[in-house]
Amino acid sequence: MSLWEYANPVRFLRLSAKAQPVLWVAAGLSLSLGLLWGFFGTPDDMRQGSTVKIIYLHVPAALMAINAWFMMLVASLIWLIRRHHVSALAAKAAAPVGLMMTLIALVTGAIWGQPMWGTWWAWDPRLTSFLILFLFYLGYIALWSAIDDPDTAADFTSVLCLVGSVFAVLSRYAVKFWNQGLHQGTSVPVATGGRTISDVFFYPLVLSMVGFGLLFIALVFLRTGTEIRQRRTRALLARARRGG
Amino acid sequence: MPELGKYAAEVLSAYAVSLLLLAVLIWMSLRRDRRAKAALRAAEEGRDA
Amino acid sequence: MKALLLRDLRLAVRAGGGFGLGLAFFLIVTVLVPFAVGPDPALLSRIAPGVLWLGALLACLLSLDRLLALDHEDGTLDLLATAPLPLEGALGIKAFAHWITTGLPLVAAAPVLGLMLNLSVSGYAVLVGALLLGTPALSTIGLFGAALTVGVRRGGLLLSLLVLPLYVPTLIFGAEAARRAATGQEAATPLLMLAGLTLATLALMPFASAAVLRMGLR
Repeated sequence: MSLWEYANPVRFLRLSAKAQPVLWVAAGLSLSLGLLWGFFGTPDDMRQGSTVKIIYLHVPAALMAINAWFMMLVASLIWLIRRHHVSALAAKAAAPVGLMMTLIALVTGAIWGQPMWGTWWAWDPRLTSFLILFLFYLGYIALWSAIDDPDTAADFTSVLCLVGSVFAVLSRYAVKFWNQGLHQGTSVPVATGGRTISDVFFYPLVLSMVGFGLLFIALVFLRTGTEIRQRRTRALLARARRGG
Repeated sequence: MPELGKYAAEVLSAYAVSLLLLAVLIWMSLRRDRRAKAALRAAEEGRDA
Repeated sequence: MKALLLRDLRLAVRAGGGFGLGLAFFLIVTVLVPFAVGPDPALLSRIAPGVLWLGALLACLLSLDRLLALDHEDGTLDLLATAPLPLEGALGIKAFAHWITTGLPLVAAAPVLGLMLNLSVSGYAVLVGALLLGTPALSTIGLFGAALTVGVRRGGLLLSLLVLPLYVPTLIFGAEAARRAATGQEAATPLLMLAGLTLATLALMPFASAAVLRMGLR
Protein backbone atom coordinates (compact mmCIF):
# COMPACT_ATOMS: atom_id res chain seq x y z
CA MET A 1 0.00 0.00 0.00
CA SER A 2 1.67 3.20 -1.07
CA LEU A 3 0.74 6.81 -0.76
CA TRP A 4 0.44 7.09 -4.53
CA GLU A 5 -2.71 4.97 -4.44
CA TYR A 6 -4.58 8.06 -3.33
CA ALA A 7 -3.65 9.74 -6.60
CA ASN A 8 -6.64 7.83 -7.91
CA PRO A 9 -9.61 10.22 -7.50
CA VAL A 10 -12.04 7.47 -6.50
CA ARG A 11 -9.67 6.14 -3.84
CA PHE A 12 -9.05 9.66 -2.67
CA LEU A 13 -12.75 10.37 -2.32
CA ARG A 14 -13.24 7.15 -0.37
CA LEU A 15 -10.38 8.02 2.00
CA SER A 16 -11.65 11.57 2.29
CA ALA A 17 -15.16 10.39 3.15
CA LYS A 18 -13.74 8.20 5.90
CA ALA A 19 -11.26 10.73 7.24
CA GLN A 20 -13.37 13.84 7.12
CA PRO A 21 -15.77 13.19 10.02
CA VAL A 22 -12.84 12.37 12.28
CA LEU A 23 -10.92 15.43 11.11
CA TRP A 24 -13.84 17.81 11.55
CA VAL A 25 -14.60 16.58 15.05
CA ALA A 26 -10.94 16.66 16.08
CA ALA A 27 -10.47 20.11 14.57
CA GLY A 28 -13.63 21.43 16.21
CA LEU A 29 -12.67 19.99 19.58
CA SER A 30 -9.06 21.16 19.69
CA LEU A 31 -9.87 24.54 18.20
CA SER A 32 -12.73 25.31 20.55
CA LEU A 33 -10.89 23.88 23.54
CA GLY A 34 -7.72 25.83 22.70
CA LEU A 35 -9.57 29.06 22.08
CA LEU A 36 -11.85 28.72 25.12
CA TRP A 37 -8.92 27.83 27.34
CA GLY A 38 -6.97 30.73 25.94
CA PHE A 39 -9.87 33.13 26.27
CA PHE A 40 -11.20 32.16 29.70
CA GLY A 41 -8.42 30.23 31.38
CA THR A 42 -5.27 32.29 30.96
CA PRO A 43 -4.11 35.34 32.91
CA ASP A 44 -3.38 38.72 31.40
CA ASP A 45 0.15 39.54 30.41
CA MET A 46 1.93 42.07 32.59
CA ARG A 47 2.62 44.49 29.76
CA GLN A 48 0.11 43.49 27.10
CA GLY A 49 -2.89 43.22 29.37
CA SER A 50 -5.72 41.16 27.95
CA THR A 51 -4.58 41.68 24.33
CA VAL A 52 -2.27 38.72 24.83
CA LYS A 53 -5.34 36.56 24.21
CA ILE A 54 -5.18 37.50 20.53
CA ILE A 55 -2.08 35.30 20.23
CA TYR A 56 -4.29 32.17 20.14
CA LEU A 57 -5.69 33.35 16.81
CA HIS A 58 -2.80 35.29 15.36
CA VAL A 59 0.05 32.80 15.67
CA PRO A 60 -1.82 29.67 14.47
CA ALA A 61 -3.30 31.57 11.51
CA ALA A 62 0.13 32.90 10.54
CA LEU A 63 1.59 29.42 10.88
CA MET A 64 -1.06 27.91 8.62
CA ALA A 65 -0.76 30.75 6.11
CA ILE A 66 2.85 29.74 5.48
CA ASN A 67 2.24 26.01 5.72
CA ALA A 68 -0.62 26.24 3.23
CA TRP A 69 1.70 27.78 0.66
CA PHE A 70 4.29 25.13 1.42
CA MET A 71 1.70 22.41 0.92
CA MET A 72 0.70 24.00 -2.39
CA LEU A 73 4.36 24.00 -3.42
CA VAL A 74 4.70 20.28 -2.69
CA ALA A 75 1.41 19.49 -4.42
CA SER A 76 2.47 21.55 -7.46
CA LEU A 77 5.76 19.68 -7.66
CA ILE A 78 3.94 16.35 -7.49
CA TRP A 79 1.64 17.49 -10.28
CA LEU A 80 4.51 18.65 -12.48
CA ILE A 81 6.54 15.49 -11.93
CA ARG A 82 3.95 12.73 -11.66
CA ARG A 83 0.89 14.42 -13.14
CA HIS A 84 -1.64 13.25 -10.57
CA HIS A 85 -4.78 15.31 -10.95
CA VAL A 86 -5.70 15.04 -7.28
CA SER A 87 -2.45 16.77 -6.41
CA ALA A 88 -3.11 19.74 -8.69
CA LEU A 89 -6.67 20.03 -7.41
CA ALA A 90 -5.49 19.86 -3.80
CA ALA A 91 -3.17 22.79 -4.47
CA LYS A 92 -6.07 24.69 -5.98
CA ALA A 93 -8.28 23.78 -3.02
CA ALA A 94 -5.73 24.95 -0.47
CA ALA A 95 -5.20 28.42 -1.94
CA PRO A 96 -8.38 30.14 -0.68
CA VAL A 97 -7.85 28.59 2.76
CA GLY A 98 -4.32 29.96 2.84
CA LEU A 99 -5.59 33.35 1.69
CA MET A 100 -8.10 33.41 4.52
CA MET A 101 -5.43 32.42 7.08
CA THR A 102 -3.18 35.21 5.84
CA LEU A 103 -6.07 37.63 6.15
CA ILE A 104 -6.83 36.50 9.71
CA ALA A 105 -3.17 36.86 10.67
CA LEU A 106 -3.04 40.37 9.19
CA VAL A 107 -6.31 41.51 10.74
CA THR A 108 -5.67 40.14 14.22
CA GLY A 109 -2.16 41.56 14.03
CA ALA A 110 -3.54 44.98 13.16
CA ILE A 111 -6.08 44.86 15.98
CA TRP A 112 -3.33 43.86 18.41
CA GLY A 113 -0.88 46.42 17.03
CA GLN A 114 -3.20 49.36 17.51
CA PRO A 115 -3.08 49.41 21.35
CA MET A 116 0.38 47.82 21.70
CA TRP A 117 2.49 49.52 19.06
CA GLY A 118 0.19 52.49 18.68
CA THR A 119 -0.40 51.75 15.01
CA TRP A 120 -2.57 49.46 12.92
CA TRP A 121 0.11 48.88 10.39
CA ALA A 122 3.86 49.31 10.21
CA TRP A 123 6.17 48.54 7.32
CA ASP A 124 7.90 45.95 9.38
CA PRO A 125 9.60 42.99 7.64
CA ARG A 126 7.21 40.38 8.97
CA LEU A 127 4.10 42.39 8.25
CA THR A 128 5.31 43.29 4.79
CA SER A 129 6.23 39.69 4.00
CA PHE A 130 2.72 38.64 4.91
CA LEU A 131 1.25 41.32 2.71
CA ILE A 132 3.37 40.01 -0.17
CA LEU A 133 2.25 36.47 0.63
CA PHE A 134 -1.33 37.74 0.47
CA LEU A 135 -0.66 39.16 -3.01
CA PHE A 136 0.86 35.87 -4.12
CA TYR A 137 -2.27 34.01 -3.01
CA LEU A 138 -4.43 36.50 -4.91
CA GLY A 139 -2.37 36.12 -8.08
CA TYR A 140 -2.38 32.34 -7.80
CA ILE A 141 -6.16 32.17 -7.40
CA ALA A 142 -6.71 34.70 -10.19
CA LEU A 143 -4.55 32.67 -12.57
CA TRP A 144 -6.52 29.50 -11.80
CA SER A 145 -9.78 31.19 -12.63
CA ALA A 146 -8.46 32.90 -15.76
CA ILE A 147 -7.49 29.80 -17.74
CA ASP A 148 -10.26 27.62 -19.11
CA ASP A 149 -8.49 24.36 -19.77
CA PRO A 150 -8.04 22.68 -16.35
CA ASP A 151 -4.79 20.89 -17.19
CA THR A 152 -3.16 24.00 -18.61
CA ALA A 153 -4.37 25.96 -15.60
CA ALA A 154 -2.83 23.35 -13.31
CA ASP A 155 0.47 23.54 -15.22
CA PHE A 156 0.63 27.33 -15.20
CA THR A 157 -0.33 27.74 -11.57
CA SER A 158 2.16 25.08 -10.55
CA VAL A 159 4.99 26.92 -12.26
CA LEU A 160 3.76 30.18 -10.75
CA CYS A 161 3.78 28.53 -7.33
CA LEU A 162 7.38 27.38 -7.81
CA VAL A 163 8.64 30.72 -9.09
CA GLY A 164 6.53 32.53 -6.52
CA SER A 165 8.09 30.51 -3.72
CA VAL A 166 11.56 31.53 -4.81
CA PHE A 167 10.52 35.16 -4.97
CA ALA A 168 8.66 34.95 -1.67
CA VAL A 169 11.88 33.85 0.03
CA LEU A 170 13.82 36.55 -1.83
CA SER A 171 11.29 39.17 -0.76
CA ARG A 172 11.59 38.02 2.83
CA TYR A 173 15.30 38.80 2.84
CA ALA A 174 14.96 41.93 0.71
CA VAL A 175 12.37 43.27 3.13
CA LYS A 176 14.55 42.52 6.14
CA PHE A 177 17.33 44.43 4.46
CA TRP A 178 15.05 47.35 3.77
CA ASN A 179 13.62 48.02 7.20
CA GLN A 180 14.31 47.17 10.80
CA GLY A 181 11.67 45.13 12.57
CA LEU A 182 9.06 46.20 15.04
CA HIS A 183 7.58 42.71 15.31
CA GLN A 184 8.85 40.55 18.16
CA GLY A 185 10.66 37.32 17.47
CA THR A 186 8.86 34.04 17.23
CA SER A 187 7.15 32.71 20.34
CA VAL A 188 7.82 29.09 19.50
CA PRO A 189 11.23 28.77 17.86
CA VAL A 190 11.16 25.25 16.50
CA ALA A 191 14.80 25.20 15.46
CA THR A 192 16.18 25.76 18.94
CA GLY A 193 13.49 23.75 20.70
CA GLY A 194 13.09 26.47 23.29
CA ARG A 195 10.31 28.92 23.73
CA THR A 196 9.98 32.49 24.79
CA ILE A 197 6.57 32.36 26.43
CA SER A 198 5.54 30.79 29.69
CA ASP A 199 3.59 27.55 30.05
CA VAL A 200 0.29 29.23 30.93
CA PHE A 201 0.15 30.71 27.46
CA PHE A 202 2.00 27.92 25.70
CA TYR A 203 -0.34 24.95 26.15
CA PRO A 204 -3.55 26.59 24.91
CA LEU A 205 -1.50 28.07 22.06
CA VAL A 206 -0.28 24.64 20.98
CA LEU A 207 -3.81 23.31 21.23
CA SER A 208 -5.19 26.00 18.98
CA MET A 209 -2.27 25.55 16.55
CA VAL A 210 -3.25 21.89 16.31
CA GLY A 211 -6.85 22.99 15.85
CA PHE A 212 -5.99 25.34 13.00
CA GLY A 213 -3.85 22.65 11.40
CA LEU A 214 -6.62 20.05 11.57
CA LEU A 215 -9.14 22.55 10.31
CA PHE A 216 -6.87 23.29 7.35
CA ILE A 217 -6.52 19.58 6.53
CA ALA A 218 -10.27 19.02 6.84
CA LEU A 219 -11.00 22.00 4.59
CA VAL A 220 -8.49 20.85 2.00
CA PHE A 221 -10.05 17.37 1.96
CA LEU A 222 -13.50 18.88 1.55
CA ARG A 223 -12.49 21.36 -1.14
CA THR A 224 -10.39 18.85 -3.08
CA GLY A 225 -13.43 16.57 -3.17
CA THR A 226 -15.44 19.48 -4.53
CA GLU A 227 -12.87 20.09 -7.26
CA ILE A 228 -12.77 16.42 -8.22
CA ARG A 229 -16.57 16.31 -8.53
CA GLN A 230 -16.68 19.53 -10.54
CA ARG A 231 -14.05 18.14 -12.85
CA ARG A 232 -15.95 14.92 -13.38
CA THR A 233 -19.18 16.83 -13.98
CA ARG A 234 -17.46 18.89 -16.65
CA ALA A 235 -16.11 15.77 -18.28
CA LEU A 236 -19.54 14.11 -18.26
CA LEU A 237 -21.21 17.18 -19.73
CA ALA A 238 -18.56 17.48 -22.41
CA ARG A 239 -19.09 13.83 -23.34
CA ALA A 240 -22.86 14.36 -23.44
CA ARG A 241 -22.41 17.34 -25.76
CA ARG A 242 -20.31 15.27 -28.09
CA GLY A 243 -23.27 12.90 -28.23
CA GLY A 244 -21.42 10.07 -26.48
CA MET B 1 -16.70 36.23 31.15
CA PRO B 2 -13.12 37.08 32.05
CA GLU B 3 -12.13 40.59 33.00
CA LEU B 4 -10.66 42.08 29.82
CA GLY B 5 -9.85 45.50 31.21
CA LYS B 6 -9.37 48.42 28.92
CA TYR B 7 -8.56 46.27 25.89
CA ALA B 8 -11.93 44.48 25.82
CA ALA B 9 -12.91 45.99 22.48
CA GLU B 10 -9.68 44.89 20.79
CA VAL B 11 -9.74 41.34 22.09
CA LEU B 12 -13.42 40.79 21.39
CA SER B 13 -13.23 42.26 17.89
CA ALA B 14 -10.17 40.14 17.06
CA TYR B 15 -12.05 37.01 18.08
CA ALA B 16 -15.22 38.12 16.32
CA VAL B 17 -13.48 38.93 13.04
CA SER B 18 -11.41 35.73 13.01
CA LEU B 19 -14.31 33.45 13.86
CA LEU B 20 -16.45 35.21 11.29
CA LEU B 21 -13.81 34.76 8.58
CA LEU B 22 -13.41 31.09 9.48
CA ALA B 23 -17.17 30.61 9.45
CA VAL B 24 -17.46 32.25 6.04
CA LEU B 25 -14.66 30.06 4.69
CA ILE B 26 -16.22 26.87 6.02
CA TRP B 27 -19.70 27.85 4.89
CA MET B 28 -18.53 28.72 1.36
CA SER B 29 -16.60 25.46 1.12
CA LEU B 30 -19.62 23.44 2.24
CA ARG B 31 -21.93 25.25 -0.14
CA ARG B 32 -19.59 24.71 -3.08
CA ASP B 33 -19.31 21.05 -2.16
CA ARG B 34 -23.10 20.61 -2.00
CA ARG B 35 -23.48 22.27 -5.40
CA ALA B 36 -20.73 20.15 -6.93
CA LYS B 37 -22.34 16.98 -5.59
CA ALA B 38 -25.75 18.00 -6.94
CA ALA B 39 -24.32 18.91 -10.33
CA LEU B 40 -22.46 15.62 -10.56
CA ARG B 41 -25.58 13.69 -9.67
CA ALA B 42 -27.56 15.59 -12.31
CA ALA B 43 -24.90 14.92 -14.92
CA GLU B 44 -24.75 11.22 -14.10
CA GLU B 45 -28.52 10.87 -14.25
CA GLY B 46 -28.55 12.74 -17.54
CA ARG B 47 -26.11 10.22 -18.92
CA ASP B 48 -28.16 7.24 -17.78
CA ALA B 49 -31.43 8.65 -19.10
CA MET C 1 18.98 35.13 -33.19
CA LYS C 2 20.20 38.43 -34.54
CA ALA C 3 17.42 38.42 -37.10
CA LEU C 4 14.85 37.91 -34.38
CA LEU C 5 16.34 40.69 -32.29
CA LEU C 6 16.36 43.08 -35.23
CA ARG C 7 12.81 42.12 -36.16
CA ASP C 8 11.55 42.75 -32.65
CA LEU C 9 13.36 46.07 -32.45
CA ARG C 10 12.05 47.17 -35.81
CA LEU C 11 8.50 46.19 -34.95
CA ALA C 12 8.69 47.99 -31.64
CA VAL C 13 9.96 51.21 -33.17
CA ARG C 14 7.76 51.18 -36.23
CA ALA C 15 4.37 50.07 -34.98
CA GLY C 16 4.39 52.14 -31.82
CA GLY C 17 4.85 48.93 -29.88
CA GLY C 18 5.21 50.76 -26.62
CA PHE C 19 8.55 52.29 -27.54
CA GLY C 20 7.62 55.90 -26.94
CA LEU C 21 4.62 54.98 -24.84
CA GLY C 22 6.52 53.66 -21.85
CA LEU C 23 8.76 56.68 -21.88
CA ALA C 24 5.80 59.06 -22.02
CA PHE C 25 4.15 57.19 -19.17
CA PHE C 26 7.32 57.47 -17.07
CA LEU C 27 7.43 61.20 -17.77
CA ILE C 28 3.80 61.72 -16.82
CA VAL C 29 4.00 59.70 -13.60
CA THR C 30 7.03 61.61 -12.36
CA VAL C 31 5.57 64.94 -13.39
CA LEU C 32 2.34 64.16 -11.56
CA VAL C 33 4.11 63.40 -8.28
CA PRO C 34 4.89 67.03 -7.34
CA PHE C 35 1.25 67.89 -8.02
CA ALA C 36 0.20 65.17 -5.61
CA VAL C 37 2.65 65.75 -2.76
CA GLY C 38 3.36 69.48 -3.15
CA PRO C 39 6.33 71.36 -4.56
CA ASP C 40 8.52 71.36 -1.42
CA PRO C 41 12.09 70.78 -2.75
CA ALA C 42 13.30 69.03 0.41
CA LEU C 43 10.44 66.54 0.30
CA LEU C 44 10.84 65.94 -3.43
CA SER C 45 14.54 65.40 -3.04
CA ARG C 46 13.86 62.84 -0.31
CA ILE C 47 11.36 60.80 -2.33
CA ALA C 48 12.97 61.25 -5.77
CA PRO C 49 14.86 57.90 -5.93
CA GLY C 50 11.78 55.94 -4.96
CA VAL C 51 9.50 57.83 -7.32
CA LEU C 52 11.87 57.35 -10.24
CA TRP C 53 12.13 53.63 -9.54
CA LEU C 54 8.41 53.23 -9.18
CA GLY C 55 7.79 55.19 -12.38
CA ALA C 56 10.27 53.06 -14.30
CA LEU C 57 8.71 49.89 -12.92
CA LEU C 58 5.19 50.92 -13.88
CA ALA C 59 6.28 52.05 -17.33
CA CYS C 60 7.92 48.67 -17.81
CA LEU C 61 4.79 46.89 -16.61
CA LEU C 62 2.67 48.83 -19.05
CA SER C 63 4.45 47.45 -22.08
CA LEU C 64 4.62 43.84 -20.90
CA ASP C 65 1.35 42.56 -22.33
CA ARG C 66 2.63 43.39 -25.81
CA LEU C 67 5.76 41.37 -25.23
CA LEU C 68 4.22 38.09 -26.37
CA ALA C 69 0.56 38.86 -27.13
CA LEU C 70 1.08 40.09 -30.71
CA ASP C 71 3.29 37.14 -31.57
CA HIS C 72 0.72 34.83 -30.05
CA GLU C 73 -2.10 36.28 -32.13
CA ASP C 74 -0.39 36.03 -35.51
CA GLY C 75 1.10 32.61 -34.80
CA THR C 76 4.74 33.67 -34.65
CA LEU C 77 5.01 32.07 -31.23
CA ASP C 78 4.04 28.65 -32.58
CA LEU C 79 6.69 29.02 -35.26
CA LEU C 80 9.29 30.01 -32.69
CA ALA C 81 8.39 27.01 -30.55
CA THR C 82 9.07 24.65 -33.44
CA ALA C 83 12.05 26.55 -34.84
CA PRO C 84 15.58 25.11 -34.61
CA LEU C 85 16.47 27.95 -32.26
CA PRO C 86 15.62 26.82 -28.71
CA LEU C 87 12.53 28.54 -27.39
CA GLU C 88 14.50 29.59 -24.31
CA GLY C 89 16.94 31.48 -26.52
CA ALA C 90 14.17 33.08 -28.56
CA LEU C 91 12.43 34.25 -25.41
CA GLY C 92 15.68 35.57 -23.99
CA ILE C 93 16.11 37.58 -27.17
CA LYS C 94 12.58 38.89 -26.90
CA ALA C 95 13.17 39.99 -23.32
CA PHE C 96 16.42 41.64 -24.45
CA ALA C 97 14.57 43.49 -27.21
CA HIS C 98 11.97 44.57 -24.68
CA TRP C 99 14.72 45.87 -22.45
CA ILE C 100 16.35 47.82 -25.27
CA THR C 101 13.07 49.41 -26.30
CA THR C 102 11.68 50.19 -22.82
CA GLY C 103 14.34 49.70 -20.14
CA LEU C 104 17.14 51.58 -21.83
CA PRO C 105 15.11 54.72 -22.70
CA LEU C 106 13.89 54.79 -19.11
CA VAL C 107 17.45 54.66 -17.84
CA ALA C 108 18.39 57.50 -20.19
CA ALA C 109 15.41 59.61 -19.15
CA ALA C 110 15.82 59.06 -15.40
CA PRO C 111 18.57 61.69 -14.79
CA VAL C 112 16.54 64.38 -16.56
CA LEU C 113 13.48 63.56 -14.49
CA GLY C 114 15.72 63.38 -11.41
CA LEU C 115 16.63 66.98 -12.10
CA MET C 116 12.97 67.93 -12.00
CA LEU C 117 12.48 66.10 -8.71
CA ASN C 118 15.46 67.84 -7.14
CA LEU C 119 17.47 64.64 -6.74
CA SER C 120 20.67 65.35 -4.81
CA VAL C 121 23.86 65.45 -6.89
CA SER C 122 25.45 62.39 -5.32
CA GLY C 123 22.52 60.24 -6.38
CA TYR C 124 22.65 60.45 -10.17
CA ALA C 125 25.42 58.00 -10.94
CA VAL C 126 24.07 55.30 -8.65
CA LEU C 127 20.47 55.86 -9.76
CA VAL C 128 21.43 55.34 -13.39
CA GLY C 129 23.64 52.40 -12.44
CA ALA C 130 20.89 50.79 -10.37
CA LEU C 131 18.34 51.23 -13.14
CA LEU C 132 20.80 49.84 -15.65
CA LEU C 133 21.34 46.81 -13.44
CA GLY C 134 17.72 46.39 -12.40
CA THR C 135 15.65 46.97 -15.52
CA PRO C 136 16.83 43.73 -17.21
CA ALA C 137 15.36 41.88 -14.23
CA LEU C 138 12.10 43.75 -14.75
CA SER C 139 12.05 42.65 -18.40
CA THR C 140 12.83 38.99 -17.72
CA ILE C 141 10.39 38.68 -14.81
CA GLY C 142 7.84 40.39 -17.04
CA LEU C 143 8.56 37.83 -19.74
CA PHE C 144 7.54 35.10 -17.30
CA GLY C 145 4.33 36.96 -16.45
CA ALA C 146 3.59 37.49 -20.13
CA ALA C 147 4.14 33.79 -20.81
CA LEU C 148 1.66 32.85 -18.07
CA THR C 149 -1.05 35.14 -19.38
CA VAL C 150 -0.48 34.85 -23.11
CA GLY C 151 -3.60 32.84 -23.84
CA VAL C 152 -5.83 34.79 -21.48
CA ARG C 153 -8.28 37.25 -22.90
CA ARG C 154 -7.76 40.73 -21.45
CA GLY C 155 -4.80 39.38 -19.52
CA GLY C 156 -3.29 42.80 -18.85
CA LEU C 157 -4.71 43.24 -15.37
CA LEU C 158 -3.96 39.65 -14.39
CA LEU C 159 -0.42 40.16 -15.68
CA SER C 160 0.03 43.12 -13.34
CA LEU C 161 -1.33 41.18 -10.39
CA LEU C 162 1.06 38.30 -11.05
CA VAL C 163 4.13 40.36 -11.81
CA LEU C 164 3.95 43.07 -9.15
CA PRO C 165 4.73 40.81 -6.17
CA LEU C 166 7.59 39.34 -8.17
CA TYR C 167 8.98 42.84 -8.67
CA VAL C 168 9.24 43.51 -4.93
CA PRO C 169 12.86 42.43 -4.36
CA THR C 170 14.12 44.27 -7.44
CA LEU C 171 12.31 47.43 -6.43
CA ILE C 172 13.59 47.26 -2.86
CA PHE C 173 17.24 46.80 -3.77
CA GLY C 174 17.16 49.25 -6.67
CA ALA C 175 15.41 52.03 -4.82
CA GLU C 176 17.48 51.39 -1.70
CA ALA C 177 20.72 51.78 -3.67
CA ALA C 178 19.52 55.03 -5.22
CA ARG C 179 18.25 56.31 -1.88
CA ARG C 180 21.48 55.53 -0.06
CA ALA C 181 23.56 57.23 -2.72
CA ALA C 182 21.31 60.28 -2.71
CA THR C 183 21.73 60.64 1.06
CA GLY C 184 25.47 60.16 0.82
CA GLN C 185 25.61 56.64 2.21
CA GLU C 186 27.52 53.72 0.80
CA ALA C 187 25.42 51.95 -1.83
CA ALA C 188 27.56 48.98 -2.86
CA THR C 189 25.63 46.33 -0.93
CA PRO C 190 22.21 46.89 -2.49
CA LEU C 191 23.84 47.32 -5.90
CA LEU C 192 25.55 43.95 -5.58
CA MET C 193 22.31 42.33 -4.41
CA LEU C 194 20.52 43.89 -7.35
CA ALA C 195 23.16 42.62 -9.77
CA GLY C 196 22.86 39.13 -8.30
CA LEU C 197 19.11 39.23 -8.61
CA THR C 198 19.28 40.35 -12.24
CA LEU C 199 21.78 37.64 -13.15
CA ALA C 200 19.63 35.00 -11.47
CA THR C 201 16.48 36.09 -13.29
CA LEU C 202 18.40 36.27 -16.58
CA ALA C 203 19.53 32.72 -16.05
CA LEU C 204 16.24 31.23 -14.85
CA MET C 205 13.32 33.18 -16.26
CA PRO C 206 13.76 32.31 -19.97
CA PHE C 207 13.63 28.64 -18.98
CA ALA C 208 10.58 29.03 -16.78
CA SER C 209 8.83 31.08 -19.47
CA ALA C 210 9.67 28.59 -22.21
CA ALA C 211 8.40 25.73 -20.03
CA VAL C 212 5.13 27.57 -19.50
CA LEU C 213 4.71 28.39 -23.18
CA ARG C 214 5.34 24.78 -24.21
CA MET C 215 2.69 23.65 -21.71
CA GLY C 216 0.28 26.17 -23.15
CA LEU C 217 0.92 25.14 -26.76
CA ARG C 218 0.65 21.44 -26.08
